[in-house]
Amino acid sequence: RAQEVPEFQIKGFDTTETPNSFKEITTYNNFYEFGTGKEDPARYAGSLTTDPWSVEIDGLVSRPGSYGLGDILAKMDIDERIYRFRCVEAWSMVIPWNGFELRQLLELAGVEPSAKYVRFETLYRPEEMPGQKRAILDWPYVEGLRLDEAMHPLTIMATGLYGKTLPNQNGAPLRLVVPWKYGFKSIKSVVKITLMETQPVNTWKAINHREYGFYSNVNPEVDHPRWTQASERRIGGGVFAPRIATIKFNGYEDQVASLYKGMNLSKEY
Amino acid sequence: MGVEPIKAMEHAIGILGLQVLIASLCVTPLRTYARINLFKFRRALGLIAFFYIVLHLLVWLLLDVRIPSQIIADLYKRPYITIGMAGLLLLIPLAITSNRYSIRKLGANWRRLHWLVYPAVALGGIHFVILRKGWQLEPLLYLTVIGVLLLIRVPMARVIPSRARHT
Repeated sequence: RAQEVPEFQIKGFDTTETPNSFKEITTYNNFYEFGTGKEDPARYAGSLTTDPWSVEIDGLVSRPGSYGLGDILAKMDIDERIYRFRCVEAWSMVIPWNGFELRQLLELAGVEPSAKYVRFETLYRPEEMPGQKRAILDWPYVEGLRLDEAMHPLTIMATGLYGKTLPNQNGAPLRLVVPWKYGFKSIKSVVKITLMETQPVNTWKAINHREYGFYSNVNPEVDHPRWTQASERRIGGGVFAPRIATIKFNGYEDQVASLYKGMNLSKEY
Repeated sequence: MGVEPIKAMEHAIGILGLQVLIASLCVTPLRTYARINLFKFRRALGLIAFFYIVLHLLVWLLLDVRIPSQIIADLYKRPYITIGMAGLLLLIPLAITSNRYSIRKLGANWRRLHWLVYPAVALGGIHFVILRKGWQLEPLLYLTVIGVLLLIRVPMARVIPSRARHT
């Protein structure tokens, strides 16, 4: 039986597909800081204090320091971006984010010419994040991007969805969104950004480098060792909806394939 | 069932099957160590577990994956699926022979055949652990319980035949 490929286009930044509902986006989450169940974040993330919030930007930047969230937001252009979102576990959603381009924030701190990578860190606060009391991951959660990936106009820091303030379970108050990579790259509740010369080690790669790479670009041709990445289940289809085909770079091939020219994507996964 | 009902069903039914299978393994140690006799429920527990595990497979086949080529590829390429499937296959002869006629017909071989439940439940526990991302607490607890239930049978296996010899 042929798999259904959803009809969609990427127009400007947005996909033409119908977004998932607010309820779907906010009740089915992976945020192990609040537990490993999909409903755990919605259940337990209410306890997280997101105000006051600041982001430490350090490393190879000309203006290192602690940036208050209010000060950051005052300087940023908040846009809506309707992005496809593909989890490494082979499910997907379409999400109308609100946010600003990460590039703007990095330019605020002034990237030094020697910087080649960006490292991100999630808040570590076990008294408000009950999942951090268990050693499921090596806390705090860390992610990373190559500088050109970080500067790409598709890469945003989200501050909301559906025009509302970002719910805690979705990574409030400030999270990364990189729509052509598996969801775990889009690190939540960011408190620290470091510009580096060497490639940072992201949390999932540190746990199992065979299963999770640094790049983690959505790629139906490169399977996860334990499951196929060729197809995905779109959340919200109900009991009888079939899987849909997964698309290289999650449908953003035209926009991002040039970043990986000459790389063997099955080796650098 | 939340916004992803297929996965929710698949997981809930699979866990239920494992729980009932584990419950069936508790019957003998409960009698040996706690003098609680639930033997008349053991066959029902085994069959209910088998029923849930078959249902779990059907959800995976007919609602979740559906694509025959992918199902076949998963069966040999994905260790957690291979292992889960092997556990289910081991239970089939047990389900078929869980009737009085077979018990009479097979005699001592019936008991030997039904030892297959031990590797089957162990495979079920391993299947649960390795399908999750990272080492998660819940499946590891199940695997621990299974390990304990299997290990306490080692002394029982040694004691019971020797007792049988003396009487």
